[in-house]
Amino acid sequence: MADLTTNFLGISSPNPYWLASAPPTDKEYNVRRAFEAGWGGVVWKTLGSEGPPVVNVNGPRYGAIYGADRRLLGLNNIELITDRPLEVNLEEMARVKADYPDRALIASIMVPCEEEAWKAILPRVEETGADGIELNFGCPHGMSERGMGSAVGQVPEYIEMVTRWCKQYYGRPVIVKLTPNITDIRKPAEAARNGGADAVSLINTINSITSVNLDTFSPEPSIDGKGSHGGYCGPAVKPIALSMVSEISRAEATHGLPISGIGGVTTWRDAAEFMALGCGTVQVCTAAMTYGFKIIDELTAGLSKWMDEKGYKDVSEIVGLAVPNVTDWQYLNLNYVAKAKIDQDQCIKCGRCYAACEDTSHQAISMSDDRVFEVMDDECVACNLCVDVCPVDGCISMVPMAAGEVDPRTGREVQPEYANWTTHPNNPMAKAAE
Amino acid sequence: MAQGQIAPGIVSGRLSSDELTSNFTDLHPPLASHEAAVAADRCYFCYDAPCVTACPTDIDIPLFMRQIQAGQPEAAGETILAQNILGGMCARVCPTETLCEEACVRETAEGQPVEIGRLQRYATDSVMVGGDHPFERSAPTGKTVAVIGAGPAGLACAHRLAMLGHDVVIHESRPKPGGLNEYGIAAYKSTNDFAQAEVDWLLKIGGISIETGSVLGEGISLEGLVESYDAVFLSIGLAGVNALRSQGADLDGVRHAVDFISDVRQASDLSNLPVGRNVVVIGGGMTAVDAAVKSKLLGAEHVTIAYRRGRDAMGASRYEQDLASSHGVKIMTNVQPVAVHGNGAAVEIELEYTSSHDGQLSGTGEMIRVPADQVLKAIGQKLDGAPEALKLDGNKIAVTGAGRTSMDGVWAGGDCAAGGEDLTVTAVAEGRDAAMDIHATLVS
Repeated sequence: MADLTTNFLGISSPNPYWLASAPPTDKEYNVRRAFEAGWGGVVWKTLGSEGPPVVNVNGPRYGAIYGADRRLLGLNNIELITDRPLEVNLEEMARVKADYPDRALIASIMVPCEEEAWKAILPRVEETGADGIELNFGCPHGMSERGMGSAVGQVPEYIEMVTRWCKQYYGRPVIVKLTPNITDIRKPAEAARNGGADAVSLINTINSITSVNLDTFSPEPSIDGKGSHGGYCGPAVKPIALSMVSEISRAEATHGLPISGIGGVTTWRDAAEFMALGCGTVQVCTAAMTYGFKIIDELTAGLSKWMDEKGYKDVSEIVGLAVPNVTDWQYLNLNYVAKAKIDQDQCIKCGRCYAACEDTSHQAISMSDDRVFEVMDDECVACNLCVDVCPVDGCISMVPMAAGEVDPRTGREVQPEYANWTTHPNNPMAKAAE
Repeated sequence: MAQGQIAPGIVSGRLSSDELTSNFTDLHPPLASHEAAVAADRCYFCYDAPCVTACPTDIDIPLFMRQIQAGQPEAAGETILAQNILGGMCARVCPTETLCEEACVRETAEGQPVEIGRLQRYATDSVMVGGDHPFERSAPTGKTVAVIGAGPAGLACAHRLAMLGHDVVIHESRPKPGGLNEYGIAAYKSTNDFAQAEVDWLLKIGGISIETGSVLGEGISLEGLVESYDAVFLSIGLAGVNALRSQGADLDGVRHAVDFISDVRQASDLSNLPVGRNVVVIGGGMTAVDAAVKSKLLGAEHVTIAYRRGRDAMGASRYEQDLASSHGVKIMTNVQPVAVHGNGAAVEIELEYTSSHDGQLSGTGEMIRVPADQVLKAIGQKLDGAPEALKLDGNKIAVTGAGRTSMDGVWAGGDCAAGGEDLTVTAVAEGRDAAMDIHATLVS
């Protein structure tokens, strides 16, 4: 069995699965249960300044998007940071860390954008023995209206400033948690690095309204007939998170900056994908909230088994393996030509590929009277829509053409060499190939 | 105290009332809404869907599946009922395993089709439970059509005609409308008097009157009807039953399976309904299976279906055969009845093994005797009482196009008409299509 022991910023954990700062990590009771279940680490639910804690709504805090059979695909949350007193949280963190020295315990913090506020809280957090801090610059609901959370995360200058304070007043690793509610994720990441951040974590939740009640016309979740946008998370947001992680991993200004990946991690495979795109650890919330802490058994066993099959001995080996393959569209090989191929033995004759291609794409699939569906290579642009809508896994595949073959659609021979848009004759900005 | 399975002879009350009630509840309980949503989600929304092609009434199955998924089962029900006004009964009795569900691509893919029948029931029930009738009549045409027989074909024809603005008078020979939906069909498929509830709901369209006890050839004649109405639709079913030509066929305890089934359907108290200890059903169709399973459910100890050909030739689908087997019915194939023995009342049946050469069936000479205090004959129904003026095609009324008979102004559909399988759903399609043709003729 591959060893999943993870070293992230010098913080060791028995596996790369941390519970994200969120409701599951709000108090000692939950965190102890998580550690007993086998989680590698937790980011404690975000702490606020000393004094009267924030209050939460007393109606629904969550809304959901379901697939068939009520499989939860996306969750929306309007819960704020911890609504328990700072001292209570700090005492509990110290106790838990002392009892679980091998697990990562990170303190998430959100206090006003004033140096004094950070200066006040950081030494107290340090006293707990927590392994590091995560700056919550991501929360998109409630706290952002008070100038915190994503209101900070959307202004790179503030990120850099606050990060610098933290590095100044705190001696352990500083992780900056980023909001996805921004047009270019590279800017806040770069600001964090410039401020001295040891790592970034992303994504925080996405502004969202899960649905509208068509009887009351209130957004959901509804509090007394009104709704407010919340933070969207769960499996539905994973593709967005993967893209943002990849942008930070490959950008020159942030390349190599350690990342803790967050966003819809539900199975071991999701975790492996985040890690391949450059994440040293992953953080999980919705999957645990949906199924409970026991999912850690599948997450660890699955990752370990996959690593064994691939011959990886240490989780650090898989971090970033996919990053070199993330590129700009303009560098994709335009000489690569594929054609859809339907395996007639596997085809169940539903005709979804036909409907999709005929109605919405390139009219490249024929249908016979006896429901045989075949790809017309002279029309197929290899868009992959037929593969995506086919209900039978593996029935339709994209088969690359070999160099030298003639693409019946264009009448041109498939060229062996790589050539992209930057040199394409149709590109007015093309540089002459030399 | 219940008599028990081993009480000799044909007796009632073999089982307790509780056992009988439990035995005659729904074969397939209705789907709850979440179950329905999950089941409907399995539909792939096929292009030019094979299930629709397989449905004699061309119900747009993918559309109604999507309407269930989208949280509007009533809309799904209307989609069904617009094509098949008896969609509620068809959902219960259609041999879906040889129609839509056999054609379902998920049957091909994994041997588990979308549960179209049960979902159709879910959708149509949600319309009928509200009691509203979603269809409206067109402006009156002033035409009146006679429909003979209030079975599925007649009801479907009458409803469509009424919807198109014609007035309809249905002449029904039995005391209640519904035809085989009421008097035939396994009781465990149509519970809670669904057949009558469905007829009541169907009649809400208005413009349809039913005269029960009105028998063609007795009070009314085809010539008279043609005279008094603008058109006539014959849906008289197959009222005759084939005779069993065996020695002892007249002994007590030997009767027609359709009569037995009708008694079960009409029984107000099943514990008063007698059934044999050893029941042998002769035949291999749906009627044979229905009669055999019902006998078993009533408490018969041994029930045997005796069929003269092999399993593959049976009219009952494999699903129905398995249903019978799962209820403890023994299916004997390649045996034909030679004699029923007994002194006044049947005691045992003598069967001869058969073999088939080039489709010709012959007895092998080897005999077997099976205890039988009750013998139910399910060897087919036949057309009975068809007006002599009409041309026949084989043993049924000859029709062309959408049910046009050899006589002008007279259409026919359902089991009495040639062509098509003798299924409720086929009868509905024929009645509906004949109505469209009658309408086109009357308004042209």
